[in-house]
Formats: sequence, structure tokens, C-alpha cells
Amino acid sequence: MSILINKDTRVIVQGFTGSQGTLHSKQSMEYGTNIVGGVTPGKGGKQHLGRPVFNSVEDAKSSLDPNASIIFVPARFCKDSILESAEAGIKLIICITEGIPTLDMLEVKKRVDELGVRLIGPNCPGIITPGEAKLGIMPGDIHMPGSIGIISRSGTLTYEAVKQTTDLGFGQSSCVGIGGDPIPGSSFIDMLKLFQDDKQTEAIVMVGEIGGTAEEAAAEYIKNNITKPVISYIAGKTAPSGKRMGHAGAIIAGGKGTADNKIEKLQECGVYVADNLVSIGFKVAEVLG
Amino acid sequence: MNLHEYQGKALFAEYNIPVSKGKVVFNAEDIIDVCNEIGGSKWVVKAQVHAGGRGKSGGVELITNPEDGVKFAKKWLGKNLVTYQTDKKGQPVNCILVEECINIAKELYLSAIIDRESQRIVFIGSIEGGVNIEDVAKNMPEKIIYQGFVYKDDSLKENAENIAKVLKLNDQQTIQFISIIDNLLRLFVEKDLSLLEINPLVITENKDLHCLDAKINIDSNALYRQPELLDMRDESQEDPKEAEAAKSDLSYVSLDGNIGCMVNGAGLAMGTMDTIKFFGGNPANFLDVGGTATQERVAKAFKIILDDPDVKVVLVNIFGGIVRCDLIAEGIIAAIKEVEVKIPVVVRLEGNNADIGSKILSKAKIKIESINDLAEAAKKAILLAE
Repeated sequence: MSILINKDTRVIVQGFTGSQGTLHSKQSMEYGTNIVGGVTPGKGGKQHLGRPVFNSVEDAKSSLDPNASIIFVPARFCKDSILESAEAGIKLIICITEGIPTLDMLEVKKRVDELGVRLIGPNCPGIITPGEAKLGIMPGDIHMPGSIGIISRSGTLTYEAVKQTTDLGFGQSSCVGIGGDPIPGSSFIDMLKLFQDDKQTEAIVMVGEIGGTAEEAAAEYIKNNITKPVISYIAGKTAPSGKRMGHAGAIIAGGKGTADNKIEKLQECGVYVADNLVSIGFKVAEVLG
Repeated sequence: MNLHEYQGKALFAEYNIPVSKGKVVFNAEDIIDVCNEIGGSKWVVKAQVHAGGRGKSGGVELITNPEDGVKFAKKWLGKNLVTYQTDKKGQPVNCILVEECINIAKELYLSAIIDRESQRIVFIGSIEGGVNIEDVAKNMPEKIIYQGFVYKDDSLKENAENIAKVLKLNDQQTIQFISIIDNLLRLFVEKDLSLLEINPLVITENKDLHCLDAKINIDSNALYRQPELLDMRDESQEDPKEAEAAKSDLSYVSLDGNIGCMVNGAGLAMGTMDTIKFFGGNPANFLDVGGTATQERVAKAFKIILDDPDVKVVLVNIFGGIVRCDLIAEGIIAAIKEVEVKIPVVVRLEGNNADIGSKILSKAKIKIESINDLAEAAKKAILLAE
């Protein structure tokens, strides 16, 4: 078991023939991901990396019957690309691209919710189910099939959590980067639900950061709904107020969204909080005994 | 990106949102002509900086004689205005907004943001205007209303009326208010705003609604489609190092410690700062060098970090993902040579080919502390900074 993707997931790549699309599609295929084709408007009918290219998602959908799409197109085209996939009936969309205007995401989020589409990202590393499928830009070799489900707002911080849980021998069931934007397609809560129902997952690592109140909402949800142990790390204790720390969503505004607030709330709700980035793995070991 | 009040008000005027008659001046002497052009016998002169709290700091004055406006302008132009929202240095004043004077009966508060939780554009209204809204939220939460809006749906009137009730507007003002909200929402969406604040929104002695201030932030991710707003950028109001870093596509925020940080990924960059603090040190900055960490970007990052005279040591923390650590190590060595870094550098490489990367670093002819364990690397940097 795993969440969202496995070796049977049939994947198309939007922005397949671009430099990012090519690089990461190649690595995903080497990892064993079942990429069945891609979409690049104007290049339909060609072959790329040994897979067919289509002009539109609709064309790709009717020929290949994919059930997931991963998006590498530039930020200004992402709204259209996500909506195109969603309207064509793809039920799982992963958008890697960073820098999408927030108002575009408001519109996208409303529509994907109406259509019952699961959107992961944008501005995220993607999803991996170790040993089965990699839909993202994460380095495959730090992962190991195992029992920890990982959810994170940040790319490289996810890798830290992965590396630490691999080194200690736990491995991962699936890892999901939900992204660093203010309006993400999926929330911590959406992923917590899936990991709670996944038999392979024994514990969940949730990596958060300053800005917004997603961690606080997740804490409340965990208290009432999650029976598996949740270990958390929150980045940005030293971040100053009012400054955007790289990610568009990582900003303390009006005294809201501080790391201390989040940590306090998480602890109150029974989440095990690692006090340091380097101790996420140790905390998992401590909790799982 | 932020706008000045005068630029925000020009946008308001374009969207038929009521603002005072006024004009911005860059030369003190021009104030006489502008006062005459506006007419009347009382004017308000306002120093234009990207910060609130100007009134309490002497940056706003009521004048009855245009000559006093010239004096005010001469006092401020070219100087820095320090308010409770700025740092110790303050923000440079390059222009002054001259406006007709409006007689106020009551001050209210109105703002709009994109709310993450409800995933809506939310307007925030309060009957307590002209004061810090965060204090009102804390001390008198019952005097604030948060109302979500969906652009172009048919509940605008009803939603606007909900706010009008809390603001205790009369029927005439409520009609004006619905139109103001309608226009502000259109402005918000068409111009890709991330924040809009009118503090105060006033009821004039003639009982009309009127915007006395305009604070506007624009979503920087959307600037590519707002060229006319991009032209309004005032770089003098931005931190010069942050602006310089942004030009090279690096995210940089300066802090007041002495350990320079160079990290790939925003989350890991924050995590690295926290780790330094956790072990008793003080980070000098946040810097996300990006996923590729090429020689060129690393060199640029070193230049920006070393520009801060307080920095005693640089901690480089790279999690090699798609780009292998051996390539990153070579880039770091070349960048250190290129920039002629004279202070100690501690490098922590993890991920893809980290071992080979560390070997390359230790064999380099320049002095680099290569430590693969992040906690140990942070401790070493703290020791070297003392």
C-alpha cells in the first residue's frame, strides 16, 4: 500500500519536451515510473524519450487513458494547464512550478474542488512512493520503501526528513510535498487522512514552516481523527516578522503564523515535535521505540 | 511589491473610488502651484514612504499657507522618515503628496487580503479607524468583521451590507459603500493585489464616504502581466541588498547575527538558521541559493553575504538532489576563489554523491571546513564566529 501513486499509476507529463520536463521525466522513468506520454502544444505526433507527445491533454487522455499528470510548464501558463487536465478528467494533478500568481490559484482551487480533482502543489517537489513511482523532482536514491508517511511544505526539508528516516532504517510509505504557496491544492489535513487509512504507514512526519495557520488546523484535526503517531518539525523560529522567507507562503503577518504558535498548538494536540531539524529521525525512533 | 500612497490613490481614482483631490511633488517649490491648482484654504502634505505610522512621526502636516508646505517639503525631501513600522534608519522621502483638506466626522477601517484558510478574498472592516488594526483585533475583536467575497458572484451586495452594518453606515452611505466594495474588488483582481488597506476610510462632515489613505501591495508573481504597475516600483524603498539578490534570482533577508548562511531551498534555509540558533549562534541572513547551486550563483551569494561587515564565517548547507554534490563542491571551490573569500567557510554537503563532494572539498588548496553532519557543521561555524 501507499498513498496517491504506485507502480501502476499511468502518468502523462505536461511540458514534456521542455528542459525541466525532459530532465525529470527521464529520472522518473529510470526510477520505474510508468510515464505513458506527454503533452506539448504544437509537438503532437512526435516521440520524446520513447513516448508519444500530444497537443492537448484531451488527446493524450483518449489515447493513453492516464490517471495522473505532472506539470512542468512556466508559471504564467500553469492555470490553463492545471484546468486543462482537470477538465479532461485527470483525477490526480501534480504541479511542480513555482511562482504562480495567487489569484490564479484561487480560481484553480475552486474549480478542482468542484471537479473532485486532487491537486498537489504548486511550488512543490511532488510525490514519491519509494521503490514504485516518482512523480517529482526529488532525488530518488535517498528514499527506501518503509513505514513512515511524510508530508511537507518544503522541498529540501522533505529530503532531510527522508534521509534521516532512511538512515535509521524506517523508510517511507509515500512522501508528499504540498508546496510552499499560500493557496496549495492540497492541505496537510488532506494528506493526513490518506496516511491514516494507509496500512503500510505506521507513523506520519509533518514538516511545516512559518506563515498561515495550516499547521494549527492540522493539529486540531490530528487530535480528533488521527490515531497513528505524528512527528512534526516547524522551520522558521528565527525568521523575522513581515519578511517573505523565500516561499510565497512563508511570512509572519500581523503576529500570525509564527513557529512558536504552531509548535505550541501541535504539542497541545498530542503531536511529537522535534526541537531541531537534525533530530526529526531520532524523534521518530523515540516515538516508535 | 508595494506602492506609494499617491500611486494607490491614482488607481483608486481610475476605479471611481472616492479620494481627495491632490498631486505629488518632487520639488519643494512646486507646492505653491499645486496648492493653488487644488484650491481652498487648507491642505494636507504627506511624506511618501513605504511604511505606516507617518502621522505620529511628523511625516504628515495640515497647512493653511502654501509657504508652510514648502518648508515641510524642504525639511523632508532627501531625508529618511522613521516610524514604528520602519527600521532604525527609516525610509527615504523622495516625494510629497499635497491634498485638499477633508473635514472628518468619523474614521473607519477597511482592508482586503487573500485569506488562506477560506481561500477567498476577504474584506476586513472596523468601526475603529485610524488606529493599528492589530490592536483592535486583540483588544476589541467584536468591532471587526471579516467577510469573504468571490469575484463576479451574485452575493456582493449582501456581503457588502454585512460589513456596512458593522460600520454603522446609514442608507445613503451603504449605497456608496456597496459601490466602493464593488470597485475595490475589481481593482484587487484586475491588478493582482495581495493586500489593500484604507486606514482611515472616513465619513466626511457632508456624511459621504471617502478614502483618506491607500496602501497597496501587489503579488510579485503576477508582475509580468502588470507592466504599468512594475513601472511604479520605487527601489529606494527596498533593502538594497535584498533588491540586488532578487535581481540574481536569489532570496535574501538580512538578520543581525554574524554567521552567514547559504542554503539550497527556502525551508532548509530557515531550518539552518534555526539550527545555528539552537546551538547558541546567531545567523546573519536567510539566503536561498536555489536548486541548482552553480558556481555563478554561489559566487553571487558569497558577494551578497560578505557585503555584511558583521559576518565572521559562512555556513554553506546544500542538500544535493538533482544536482550531484561533487559538481556542487567544485562550484563552491571555484566561487570561493573567484570572490576571494577571506573568512572561514564551513560546508555541509548531503545527498547525491555527498562523499565524493566532501573529498573534493578537503583536497582543495583553499581552507574549507567540510563537515557532513549538520549539527557538527553548525557548532563549528559558531566556534569560528566567536
